[in-house]
Amino acid sequence: MAVELEFLKSILYFSELSLAELESIRKLVFEKTAGRAEMVLLEGESAENLYFVASGAVKVFKTSAEGKEQILSIVRPGESFNDVPIFDGGPSPASARTMGPVLLYGIKKQDMKTILRDHPHIALNVIKVLARRVRQLLSLVEDLSFRRVISRVAKILFEHIGGEMGRGPRLTQQEMAAMAGTAREVVGRSLKALEEEGAIKLDRHRIVITDKEALQKIMEVPS
Amino acid sequence: MAEMPIIDTRKCDECGLCVGVCHCNALAIVNNIITIIETVECDWCTDCEAVCPTGAISCPFEIIIQEP
Ligand code: SF4
Ligand code: SF4
Repeated sequence: MAVELEFLKSILYFSELSLAELESIRKLVFEKTAGRAEMVLLEGESAENLYFVASGAVKVFKTSAEGKEQILSIVRPGESFNDVPIFDGGPSPASARTMGPVLLYGIKKQDMKTILRDHPHIALNVIKVLARRVRQLLSLVEDLSFRRVISRVAKILFEHIGGEMGRGPRLTQQEMAAMAGTAREVVGRSLKALEEEGAIKLDRHRIVITDKEALQKIMEVPS
Repeated sequence: MAEMPIIDTRKCDECGLCVGVCHCNALAIVNNIITIIETVECDWCTDCEAVCPTGAISCPFEIIIQEP
């Protein structure tokens, strides 16, 4: 399948380019397909390619020393990942795993340099992409480095306890995130942390509070 | 009856991302409408909610207390 010009044009990196310019870039773009739950990047490995998601979705995450995953972002069609190491020359700062079957468009680090040299006016858009990334990551940093989000999530759970067999209000992780003033990714991690601390148990679509006192203690962390 | 994620078809733009992401094929686009197929294999991973760009899917949790 040929790399589609229309698709390249829809990528923010290249949106300012003419069709003739895109045609010359197309030669440097290669396709890569992957099935479900395949690792396409490993944190710490040397970064060779910049990737754009053409179809499907990719989860970008970091892994802690204890093996816990923190999702940084979900990359959807038209969006890129692995940009940072392509430009700073360092290793990949995060891992990436497919969320289902995906088609990726890749550009080799060296070829990206050629593209930037030949079409310097795309630099502004590249900066825009990187600046957005910095902003998104900065908002995650604060919430991940303090325990107060966990205590806020604990409080939200406490305030939304349904009857013994449920049928109380039901909450999505998205809604909990909005209530806690944080990102969905942080709520996911907070729930896992609460589970590890034995305060709750995730049971499919139920959150079972298994230790009310432990949950209350976590709630009391000043926010 | 297995409880399943809820879809608001008015918000869905049929991009198909959730269909590819679901590991148990619980989601499908049938006649241009996103449809959920009941299955006990859905483990409430919430990936479909996370990936949906329009917020059309929700995987709500009920919060219950386990009495000692
Ligand atoms: S919660 Fe997971 S398993 Fe269930 S329908 Fe959504 S993606 Fe599929
Ligand atoms: S991801 Fe959302 S918008 Fe796309 S098909 Fe599924 S429900 Fe519809």
